[in-house]
Amino acid sequence: MWKWLHPYANPEVSYHFTGKLIPWFSKLTFVLLTIGIIWALLFVPADYQQGNSFRIFYLHVPAAMLSMGIYVGMAIAALSSLVWQIKLADASAAAMAPVGAVMTAIALFTGAAWGRPTWGTWWIWDARLTSELILLFLYLGVIALHNAFEDKTLAGKAAGILSLVGVVNIPIIKYSVEWWNTLHQGSTVSKLGAPSMSSEMYWPFLVCLLGFVCFISWVICIRFRNEVLARNAMRPWVRDYVKNVEVR
Amino acid sequence: MNNIPNMKPTSINISSQSSTEHSQSYREAFLLVFKRDLTIAFRHKDDILNPLLFFIIVITLFPLGIGPESNTLARIAPGIIWVAALLSTLLSLDRLFKSDHADGSLEQMLLSPHPLFLIVLAKIIAHWCLTGLPLIFVAPLLAILLNLNENSYLALMLTLLIGTPVLSFLGAIGVALTVGIKKGGVLLSLLVLPLYIPVLIFATSAIDTAAMNLPYSGQLAIIAALFIGSLTLSPFAVSAALKVSTN
Amino acid sequence: MQFSSLADFIAMGGHGFYVWLSYGVSAALLLGLVITSISNNKRIIKQIQQRQQREQKLKQAALNQQVMQQEQSLQEADS
Repeated sequence: MWKWLHPYANPEVSYHFTGKLIPWFSKLTFVLLTIGIIWALLFVPADYQQGNSFRIFYLHVPAAMLSMGIYVGMAIAALSSLVWQIKLADASAAAMAPVGAVMTAIALFTGAAWGRPTWGTWWIWDARLTSELILLFLYLGVIALHNAFEDKTLAGKAAGILSLVGVVNIPIIKYSVEWWNTLHQGSTVSKLGAPSMSSEMYWPFLVCLLGFVCFISWVICIRFRNEVLARNAMRPWVRDYVKNVEVR
Repeated sequence: MNNIPNMKPTSINISSQSSTEHSQSYREAFLLVFKRDLTIAFRHKDDILNPLLFFIIVITLFPLGIGPESNTLARIAPGIIWVAALLSTLLSLDRLFKSDHADGSLEQMLLSPHPLFLIVLAKIIAHWCLTGLPLIFVAPLLAILLNLNENSYLALMLTLLIGTPVLSFLGAIGVALTVGIKKGGVLLSLLVLPLYIPVLIFATSAIDTAAMNLPYSGQLAIIAALFIGSLTLSPFAVSAALKVSTN
Repeated sequence: MQFSSLADFIAMGGHGFYVWLSYGVSAALLLGLVITSISNNKRIIKQIQQRQQREQKLKQAALNQQVMQQEQSLQEADS
């Protein structure tokens, strides 16, 4: 059943495969994000409560969704590398960490910039914001651990264990922060999700989300190829491949 | 076990003896590692005392920084005591595997026929006895300095009693990951502190609730759940991490 | 089209600063990520190429030395 997947465990095969994917992802990203952002900025009606600051939503929510999604993806990759010893899973986990950290940073920053006009403050210790901030710390921990090891394979294994520990902890942290928040602050106004969105607001969001998904796939492919090259630098196929690449 | 009388606390007697003379039961192996760690720690007493001193000094710094009004201090006392406990645990964590890694006995432990889970568990519990337990004895004294509400002393002791083992268990994962790295100290805090957040939240809220004379058994139950969870899961993560970093 | 003029579009009903700030910073972050990823790719390839060249040079040098030694020993044998 899974036999079609086996060739991709070979670094060379998956290196060239992702290389073929990159142009598609980059084109799709460009098209979707252009359409989505122009739609979001120009054509979406202003929210009746929040006015035009609602347009930040189209960056904030995709980034926030993907920041968590990438962490889960990273943990799955780490698990499969630890359990089945798939070296490429390690490389993909290493490729995902910085992308996830950037997504988290975008979600945090746009959240702050959105909160200023709607809540009147850049930062509140809202449960969502706080758990997003902690997620950023977890990402930074994984990246720092990656950089601390000289040996990339070891780094991958160590960071994999850490991301698995993190993924066990994320629900606990999330619920504890929510609980802490309701205890300390009373109920804060959570604007998201309260009114169901109208379709003319929903479609551009979907386009933006797809654009973001294509973007992260694109960047993760690039970074994945970097990791594969760095880990297989002494292999004959890399030597042959590198000879034919012109680098300016 | 005849190596014990001359008090030579190396782990070699775990691995070599068990395979040659008689295989030790899990309990014996556990106790052996536990006793060995305590023995070593009591030979370096400042390793136990320094984190404790750090704990005390950090807590005395807060009133100096914030001002001596007793109401303010009482309000923030639980948070200060717990944050100081986190930090002092973090300071002492380094000792958990570092010296064993340096003199090679850690590798011997990895090679021993006993499950690594057991050895790691013994080491972590020994570490907690040396760093967590003293905090529990000192904390009430510091709570007096911070003018903590009288109702919450029991809560403070109980949360420290159940909560500090969680700190040791989670911290051990971080130490195990960074033990092979030369400058692991700062990295360790970056890795471990985010994981401490749930304990901090529930412990301080238990103390706060106790100050209001409300039942705080719910928070204690959650901390206990965290304790049991980390007790069962973290030794696996620690053993995996040790295998990676000793390589 | 929700806006009647360009000035309207930039002002965003008073929220312009926040909207443009978040869009600008996000764009910068995304672009930065792409650029660093691509430049990393080039750097790694360059590193591998340089290492290969170095190996080649070392090999060549070793070969040259061998040849020299052989010639020397031949000369000594002649004399």
